[in-house]
Amino acid sequence: MDTETRSEAVRALLRAHRTGKPIDPLTERFPGLDVADAYAIQAASVEQRVRDGAVIHGYKVGLTSPALRRRLDVDQPNFGQLTDTMFHPESQLIDPSAFVAPRVEPQIAFALGKPLKGPGITVPEAAAAVAWVMPALEIVDSRIRDWKVTLVDTIADNASSGGVVLGSTLVPPSGLDMRRTGGVLYHNGGIAGTGALGMVLGSPLNSLVWLANTLGAQGVALRAGQVVLPGPVTADVPVAAGDVVTATFASLGSVTARFADDTDTFG
Amino acid sequence: MTEWNVERAATVLADAEAGRTDRGPLTDEWPGLDLATGYRIQDEILRRKVEAGEHIVGVKLGLTSRAKQQRMGIDSPLTGWLTDVMVLPAGAPLVTRELIHPRVEPEIVFVLGERLSGPAVTAARAMEAVSHVYAGLEVIDSRYTDFRFSLPDVVADNASASRYVVGSVGRKPSELDLALEACLLEVDGEVVDSATGAAVQGHPAEALALAANSLARRGLALEAGWLVLTGGMTDAAFTRPGGTIAVHFTNLGSVTIGCE
Repeated sequence: MDTETRSEAVRALLRAHRTGKPIDPLTERFPGLDVADAYAIQAASVEQRVRDGAVIHGYKVGLTSPALRRRLDVDQPNFGQLTDTMFHPESQLIDPSAFVAPRVEPQIAFALGKPLKGPGITVPEAAAAVAWVMPALEIVDSRIRDWKVTLVDTIADNASSGGVVLGSTLVPPSGLDMRRTGGVLYHNGGIAGTGALGMVLGSPLNSLVWLANTLGAQGVALRAGQVVLPGPVTADVPVAAGDVVTATFASLGSVTARFADDTDTFG
Repeated sequence: MTEWNVERAATVLADAEAGRTDRGPLTDEWPGLDLATGYRIQDEILRRKVEAGEHIVGVKLGLTSRAKQQRMGIDSPLTGWLTDVMVLPAGAPLVTRELIHPRVEPEIVFVLGERLSGPAVTAARAMEAVSHVYAGLEVIDSRYTDFRFSLPDVVADNASASRYVVGSVGRKPSELDLALEACLLEVDGEVVDSATGAAVQGHPAEALALAANSLARRGLALEAGWLVLTGGMTDAAFTRPGGTIAVHFTNLGSVTIGCE
């Protein structure tokens, strides 16, 4: 990938992000893009947003569920970066028009109490860096038209990140069963999905280990205070104006995202 | 051409089970077969099994997902009969050649401490009748090719019932939040799916109440001591000789089936 291609891809993604108008898959416009190119495009896009004032508050890990790995035929997860404006307080309405094609999935979130830097991180070290586990909803979104994404497209598009709502039940990681703790996703009051934390690479801690080691190989450390979304427990649901989505977890309580309808206004 | 009736359909399905041969849906040849007649065929097959020495030990519930019920146009689970010969003892292998095309589903299993008789059974009343809750794996094995059937077909075929394994950890229902009781399904050690009890009719007690009320419409009740397999929580996993299927529950322990 030459620098011109990278700049064009970054500009197209940032424009789509700003205007809410999706673009065609990057892999159609620039055939031959590989995973390394995709992460370079993601990094350049995030750097531009940081220059424009965004602050990086953590990471999401994607492609962690058996169903998604089969669909995209991948054996590795991917990651995206969470910036300050992506965090929505639980009590506030979320403007659905700020997204292109938003979908919501139930997760737990890890809040780090200590830095974590790979490579060579193992599960106990990762667990020891986690201060709190919280229930969370991730809003995933795709700047690529109709979610027509390949692995490369979604990585370039910041792993299809959109937003995060964190719940208010803070539980230390010790004593929490990271495999067999159950969660239920409610969409407008109906049960939309159920699952266990083990759907995330066998345990969400495996996801945190992968992230720390993958970032560490690039010289990047996870910092205290950062949030990591390790991956969803059920399939996602598409959301529209007026929707209410709740995730409830055993031992962790619940978290709710409310999307504004047409009668709500945003200043 | 011979006319179709309950006795003939029962013979055809019993022969398919005994001979391990699948066949096309009855409704292809008997378009008038309805749900009520499906249950009469199911009961006739049971009557013959009991006459041959088998004992009724409980029921299985099928089609307990609201989404699937809506697609099939019903508002209550199906039921099928469980007999003592269908039990697979813990640790015993599932011999796949004894069956047609077995698949395995993780389930929450109830043991009834008292008789439960509809109508007007509520989920709370149903839960009161449950003495213990167990983890289970149900082996389903449709007598129809490729599991292709309509509602009356699957009812006639005893809701695809075949074998079941019950776990070794019995919990009192009051100790558990069954809507959030999770299972993690592994095939050959790999996590393939997961769910919680909420996937079963919103709550397994809801499924039990609906089943008690449907049985009452047929003049039947759930008896004390019976097992109730409350319905598959995830999609069924395929079996293969040499394969292992395991389910791990939050509070109900694990159940494993090794296939031969």
